Amino acid sequence: MSEDDVDRIDRNRRHFLTVATVVTGAVGAGLAAIPFLSSLQPSARAQALGAPVEVPIGSLQPGEMIRVLWRGRLVFVLRRDADMLARLQESLDNLRDPNSEVAEQQPDYTANETRSVKPEFLVVEGSCTHLGCAPLEDFEVRPSENWGGGFFCPCHGSKFDLAGRVFKGVPAPTNLRVPPHRFVRDDLILIGQDTGAA
Amino acid sequence: MARIEAEVGKPQGGLMKWIDDRFPLTETMKQHITEYYAAKSFNWWYVFGVLAMVVLVIQLVTGIFLTMNYKPSAAEAFASVEYIMRDVEWGWLIRYMHSTGASFFFIVVYLHMFRAMLYGSYKKPRELIWIIGMLIFFVLMAEGFAGYLLPWGQMSYWGAQVIISLFGAIPGIGDALVEFIRGDYSISDITLNRFFALHVIVLPLSLIGLIFVHIVALHHVGSNNPDGIEIKEHKGPDGIPLDGVPFHPHHTTKDLVGIIVFLMVFTSVVFFAPEMGGMFLEHANFEPANMTATPEHIAPVWYYTPYYAILRAVPSKLWGFILFAIAVVLPLFLPWLDRARVRSIRYRGWMHKTALTIFVISFVALGYLGLQKATDANVMAARFFAVLYFMFFLLMPYYTAIDKTKPVPDRVKYHE
Repeated sequence: MSEDDVDRIDRNRRHFLTVATVVTGAVGAGLAAIPFLSSLQPSARAQALGAPVEVPIGSLQPGEMIRVLWRGRLVFVLRRDADMLARLQESLDNLRDPNSEVAEQQPDYTANETRSVKPEFLVVEGSCTHLGCAPLEDFEVRPSENWGGGFFCPCHGSKFDLAGRVFKGVPAPTNLRVPPHRFVRDDLILIGQDTGAA
Repeated sequence: MARIEAEVGKPQGGLMKWIDDRFPLTETMKQHITEYYAAKSFNWWYVFGVLAMVVLVIQLVTGIFLTMNYKPSAAEAFASVEYIMRDVEWGWLIRYMHSTGASFFFIVVYLHMFRAMLYGSYKKPRELIWIIGMLIFFVLMAEGFAGYLLPWGQMSYWGAQVIISLFGAIPGIGDALVEFIRGDYSISDITLNRFFALHVIVLPLSLIGLIFVHIVALHHVGSNNPDGIEIKEHKGPDGIPLDGVPFHPHHTTKDLVGIIVFLMVFTSVVFFAPEMGGMFLEHANFEPANMTATPEHIAPVWYYTPYYAILRAVPSKLWGFILFAIAVVLPLFLPWLDRARVRSIRYRGWMHKTALTIFVISFVALGYLGLQKATDANVMAARFFAVLYFMFFLLMPYYTAIDKTKPVPDRVKYHE
């Protein structure tokens, strides 16, 4: 290449072509990454297995609780007796979110005083909102400890009341999550699906 | 007859020459082994880099053999590990070597990192070696975490639940990110399968690549030494550093002694205390994963507990996560936090020595507290030591700048 040839190089054109090649390549690589990243999302089978589950509650007695799995997550179904429901009003001052104002933690139709569709039946995910451990039920009333019954997380000591509402001064930031659910019949709850309203 | 003589008369190393014309074999060997000069004043702290390589080989070999019998599915994983332990010939040994190797990997890496802190090995011009080393440490943490899920025991499941939930603390994208990591609505067969892929392909491959560039960078600038001086500044007439000796045979021979001592300790643990009283293999992990019940006491394996104690000490989920992440990443900035003119602890003043001592005490204390239950007293203690841990790094630009240092010798000392 003679010096004349070097002079004749169009540097603007070369720069444009370099940038165009790099940008096209980067866009192509970005688009090619989509299938790979998408493959990491819940698959069709995982979504199908995450379908709603039916929970028969006909034999559930007042004060009793059952544990079911929905989407591999633990869900508590607690039938509260009149006494338990009465205690929900007792320690509102000690709760972080007594009126269920954090919208993601429950469907609109359970953002009420009992956090439920029917006051008796509490349906909450058994997954502590701190780091996901399964809370233990502790329904025994101990006035000396100012404890009216509820849930206790063994991992880091978070406490929740009988409506899954978190107490102040514990690591869990919000109330236990209420999954979408509805009553198919009086004795059958469908967890994972609702009609948008109670 | 003439022909034979002609062959005998050929220059020695005919094959080597043939290769060297096509690949820089002799040149590479010289550059990295037989003519790589490192200070003759290396002490026993300098054995941990080699030991980390030994553990890496142990993990790779035992890991490959474990994959031949392990089944990465939620239905079969736990049973396949039991099968390896009971029915596979010598399977118990291979598995115990792998599980013990994981803990020993962290022991030698922590000591290797502490050596760098003692002698200022992260300071200019070795900043990049330190940064690459920290990246190796991060990958190693991820590797250990992914590996811990594979036996699908109670602690595997709930430990992963807690750590993956951490990412849920990130505002806005948290929940979506957690779902993306798990690939499901909860930790499931899908999560296990992908963690297996990460543990046996993605992360080890990254580890090997990073270790390669770690060593290339090291050999480019040369190894530091306990005096923290540049041996290249005093060369003999032959151009060889006066205080340097070739890596092979000098350092390799010395390292061999370290490797033998290490293997004595390692095999003792493998044979006599592979669970280490629940430290290396936690008791809860001898039960299969149960989605409906969290173990009473849940703690990560010991090598994560200093950071876990910090996480737990913060009474807010988001801030706990942030401080946890900062605690892990902070050492990355050591080359710029340390303003001292000298590298080695030998020539530093009382301030740095005190700070380093406090750092070691708080790191060990946090590690201990992270293993214990989160009682009020333990949480308060963890807060105290977490503050000391952060102060060590954040105040470093001040105390290292005003600390009185001693004059550094020209040549290395090795009779102390």
